[in-house]
Amino acid sequence: MKLKWWHIGLLIAFGLAIISPLASSWPDGLERVAEDKGFIDAAHNPTFEIIPDYVFPGVGNEALATILAGVVGTLILFILTYGLGVLLKRREA
Amino acid sequence: MHIPDGFLNTATAGVTYVVSAGGVGYSVKEANKKLGEKHVPLMGVMGAFIFAAQMLNFPVMGGTSGHLIGGALAAILLGPWAGVLIMACVLIVQCFVFQDGGITALGANIFNMGLLACFVSYYIYRAVVSLMGESRTSTLVGGFVGAWTSVFVAAIACAIELALSGKSPLGVALPAMAGVHALIGIGEGLITAVVLSFVMATRADLLKLQKV
Repeated sequence: MKLKWWHIGLLIAFGLAIISPLASSWPDGLERVAEDKGFIDAAHNPTFEIIPDYVFPGVGNEALATILAGVVGTLILFILTYGLGVLLKRREA
Repeated sequence: MHIPDGFLNTATAGVTYVVSAGGVGYSVKEANKKLGEKHVPLMGVMGAFIFAAQMLNFPVMGGTSGHLIGGALAAILLGPWAGVLIMACVLIVQCFVFQDGGITALGANIFNMGLLACFVSYYIYRAVVSLMGESRTSTLVGGFVGAWTSVFVAAIACAIELALSGKSPLGVALPAMAGVHALIGIGEGLITAVVLSFVMATRADLLKLQKV
């Protein structure tokens, strides 16, 4: 099978998911402001958890759990946005 | 910039839900009219890429990080309505599967990082390209400026929502949010420009797709 441009694009996305354990674990801009201005404690815990904090549950190695979460999420998003495109595109007679 | 549950009051959460639901509904209508065969794989790749890239927090100053939003990139490549749909998909999955962004704050998150980010960046990009004339440089400059502004504007909207919800007075939240996101926006601008430059070098025709 000949690789198409979007196969490469998808591989790049999965590549990013695989290097995601390298991400900075510092709080992001909003969390930083919420901590500094004293309203971080207003945040509620989620009512249910599936893959909380991008760490796949039940995997001992944290880097591996993060990669797994990233790969699963990337795949879900590809299927969802590609599928939405298929559903919404013009019907060319 | 994903707002968790508990930060917004009912009125702010409700109003942003209604506005975002309307915006996403209208995006579906627009996409239904304009989306063609060639857009479909780009929709899929953008959704996947933006989700993955959002996981990669980069440090912006001591003890604070930021990550790509991606609305600018999606809007510049596909058009603002398709961009809103991609961002809505990313934010909905992050909210329900990864518990990133609260369910009650989903409307505000889609408003800030979807509707605002996509439309602000798209029109700034278009303005820069038409002012400078169509070229590689104008695409990169427009992409950078559009992306930076999308983060800055989304941060201002977030600060206003927090202030309306009584979490922090506007005089405190606004400069704090705008200040840190002025830095994070530089990252957004650079990533957007790098991806646009990669697209121009490999598949320049993708930039010529009809915008949705």
